[in-house]
Amino acid sequence: MTQRLVVIGNGMAGARTVEEILARNGDFTVTMFGDEPYGNYNRIMLSNLLAGVETEDGIFLNDLGWYQENGITLNAGVKIEKIDKVAKIVHGSDGSRTPYDKLIIATGSYSWTPPMKNVHNPKRGYHQGVFAFRTLDDTRSMIRYARDHERAVVIGGGLLGLEAARGLQNHLSHVTLLHAMGHLMERQLDPKAGQMLQASVEGKLGIEVITNAMTSEILGKDRVTGVKLADGRVIDCDVVVIAAGIRPNTQVAADSDLPVERGIVVDDQMRVEGERDIYSVGECAQHRGSLYGLVAPLWDQAKVLADHITGHTDVAYTGSKLHTKLKVAGIDVASMGLIAPEHDTDEVIVYNEPKKGVYKQLIIRDDVLVGAVLVGDNSKAASLIQAFDRGMALPEERAELLFDIGGPAGEVSPAEMPDDAQVCNCNGVSKGAICGVVNQGCKTVSGVMDATRAGKGCGTCKPLVQRIVEWAAGGEVEEDPAASWYVPGVPMPKQELMAAVRKYELKSVSSVFAKLGGEEDAKSKMGLASLLKMMWGADYVDERDARFINDRVHANIQRDGTFSVVPQMKGGVTTPAQLRKIAEVAEKYDVPMVKLTGGQRIDLLGVPKEQLPAMWADLDMPSGYAYAKSFRTVKTCVGSDFCRFGVGDSTALGIALEERYQGLEGPGKMKLAVTGCPRNCAEAYVKDLGVVAIDGGKWEIYVGGAAGAHIRKGDLLTTVGSAEEVIRLTGRFLQYYRENANWLERTYAFVPRIGIDTIREIVVDDSEGIAEALDAAVEEAVQAYKDPWKERAEPVTPGQFRTSLPLTVLPQVPVRS
Amino acid sequence: MILQTSQKLGPLTDIPPGEGRSYAVDGQMIAVFHLRDGSLRAVDAVCPHQGGPLADGQIDNKVVVCPLHLFAWDLATGCSQSGQPPINVYPVRVDGDQIVLGE
Repeated sequence: MTQRLVVIGNGMAGARTVEEILARNGDFTVTMFGDEPYGNYNRIMLSNLLAGVETEDGIFLNDLGWYQENGITLNAGVKIEKIDKVAKIVHGSDGSRTPYDKLIIATGSYSWTPPMKNVHNPKRGYHQGVFAFRTLDDTRSMIRYARDHERAVVIGGGLLGLEAARGLQNHLSHVTLLHAMGHLMERQLDPKAGQMLQASVEGKLGIEVITNAMTSEILGKDRVTGVKLADGRVIDCDVVVIAAGIRPNTQVAADSDLPVERGIVVDDQMRVEGERDIYSVGECAQHRGSLYGLVAPLWDQAKVLADHITGHTDVAYTGSKLHTKLKVAGIDVASMGLIAPEHDTDEVIVYNEPKKGVYKQLIIRDDVLVGAVLVGDNSKAASLIQAFDRGMALPEERAELLFDIGGPAGEVSPAEMPDDAQVCNCNGVSKGAICGVVNQGCKTVSGVMDATRAGKGCGTCKPLVQRIVEWAAGGEVEEDPAASWYVPGVPMPKQELMAAVRKYELKSVSSVFAKLGGEEDAKSKMGLASLLKMMWGADYVDERDARFINDRVHANIQRDGTFSVVPQMKGGVTTPAQLRKIAEVAEKYDVPMVKLTGGQRIDLLGVPKEQLPAMWADLDMPSGYAYAKSFRTVKTCVGSDFCRFGVGDSTALGIALEERYQGLEGPGKMKLAVTGCPRNCAEAYVKDLGVVAIDGGKWEIYVGGAAGAHIRKGDLLTTVGSAEEVIRLTGRFLQYYRENANWLERTYAFVPRIGIDTIREIVVDDSEGIAEALDAAVEEAVQAYKDPWKERAEPVTPGQFRTSLPLTVLPQVPVRS
Repeated sequence: MILQTSQKLGPLTDIPPGEGRSYAVDGQMIAVFHLRDGSLRAVDAVCPHQGGPLADGQIDNKVVVCPLHLFAWDLATGCSQSGQPPINVYPVRVDGDQIVLGE
């Protein structure tokens, strides 16, 4: 049956809640009451209206037509004076009596006036020339009045006061900002940050700031002539704007015997405590002791309220973590969580560059970000807010939280980029193309990446793609539910997926889809194949269509559809006989290009698919892994054999590692190196696993390094005393990575995500008691190894090596002579 | 390309389930896919983006993904899912144990 819903308050919280209820097809006839005689507008935008960068039309969220279209009765300009909760009726200032089945109180806040003499005129309310900054009417009269006057004083150095000061500059020549506390925005900023902001506000904007300024009196009889401070100082002015804070509007609730402390007390369903049919939402509501004056928590509350009132009983609002990221009077400011450390063990990280007006402070507790303050540079704000909100693991190098280190170009703001700026340098996708897809309604980052292929190359532009999507969507970015899934087609994160695979004994990719995913998904097959092979080893049911073409024909596909043949060359060591044979085969098959790879092997490029088996037979060498998400190669230097500096036999160890772990599959490529001394000729510091011989017969093992699309020096895992130990720990680390990394997550992302200390505890110190299991699992994988080039004699599937190329080959890869 | 008449391409067993193979037909290459649900699809063998061999691509019951740059096309309509030009689709069916291209 249709119920009567009455909403007291037509501001951002009330209207948003009604929108959410309508979106859930709630069966209600809705009546709304608003103090102000308007539709519903965005109060946050009043600063922009004052500053002249927004028009009145532009700040309305829902105009009167919206109420009509949705059958909502709007009583604008009617104040509710009392709620009769027994009879379930609200009494209006116009004498009206409106019955309800469900009631929502969303009365918001009013502008607070600190106690001072002469602020009120007994006849007119505020003294002429004195304004609050809360409503559209306040703003309109302020603009009208300021135009004909010269000097303004703004009382209140919080966000609103700063915005008011900046806006007023548009209308008169001199603005002074008075703040009762020791520094600006003391709720969000620590003293140092507040001082930096003050310096910028004064230096860049020309607004005079006085802190510790307690205003005691408004001067002037008929019109304002100045304000007097508690210390006796007088500031001349003819306009006063009060922006000293807000207080929740709770009068009607208190008058109606509802529980009111600082705000109207609500439970986790946003129901007023002790009431079945009365809810409260927004700035007037007090939840678990907290009041919220920001938009994001309000949106969360509105959703829970709407869910609950439309019959979803199992929802709860559990509070919000507060963060803000904004331009305060033109200066970038971001703040979240704590602004000062609370415990001796809290890590405090500070960067300060006064000349540029840049200040950054982080507070970290137990490796979790619990507070951050940024002034003058918000480029890292988005990632910090994410880390703060989700309690994500932080990089070992704390500086990475504050700056881009060794990454691509510094962060650009999407707004400043021209439309034709190329964002994805691999796939040539412009900012305009990304925005186009967003404007067509695609509001998830992964959706935009799928549609444009931006970020799908080397992946370094992904953060920029994300920022552009966020910017283009105007804060309406939708969380991609699939972001935590191991593969897009099966809705489970890796560990959950592995548990299900084990539980149902799913040994083939098609059985995973059938049991867990519903429909087959081409883009999920490769990741599943890799996972199942790792989990089941020899028992894995190998369906060839689950493999990427490279893994079906054991060669890398090239841009013209031909393939490359790379014989194994362990540790980069070869023989004259092997070289001779490679040369003969290259000539026999007229290979267009012979090239050394970055992994110290010989690459025969441009081989048609149908010739692969014959070439492998003629070479009669094992496959070198130049394809697949697998263990690739171990790069080595000469080491102690010939090099006069070598302190360890890097070549022998490299060969031993490659022999043991050849072909081992994983979530990403695994590139290794062993170098004979810290001169690092084999570049071991930037490998997924790198081994460095140091004097005294010891070996250092580094993990998580990269020198590809990302550049990262590996973290020192441990130092060991023998080659055997290197081999054992290498296998254990690789197995830990295979079991725990996300699909396509290289070690340079995996190691910082888990944290090198945690990895060391597990892999080296065996803190979880799984070392033996890891060793056994990798041993099993090693034993299951078969040289894929042996498939040359008998193709596994019909037409495995049949050409897929068009009759006329294009485009041809240029042949060098 | 407009197919003049229907023609037999060979036995269905030539294409393993879930994979594709390409066939020369009237001087052009056509990729035929054997879906895991048992049905067949036929499309142009050449990716319109940079000439990639679509028969080497991975498929599911709906799309083929080009192996070169992972652009995806709908196997039933030929429409790109990733902003590329469409590809031609051709009627294809099984007759006994034979793959038949054309109506």
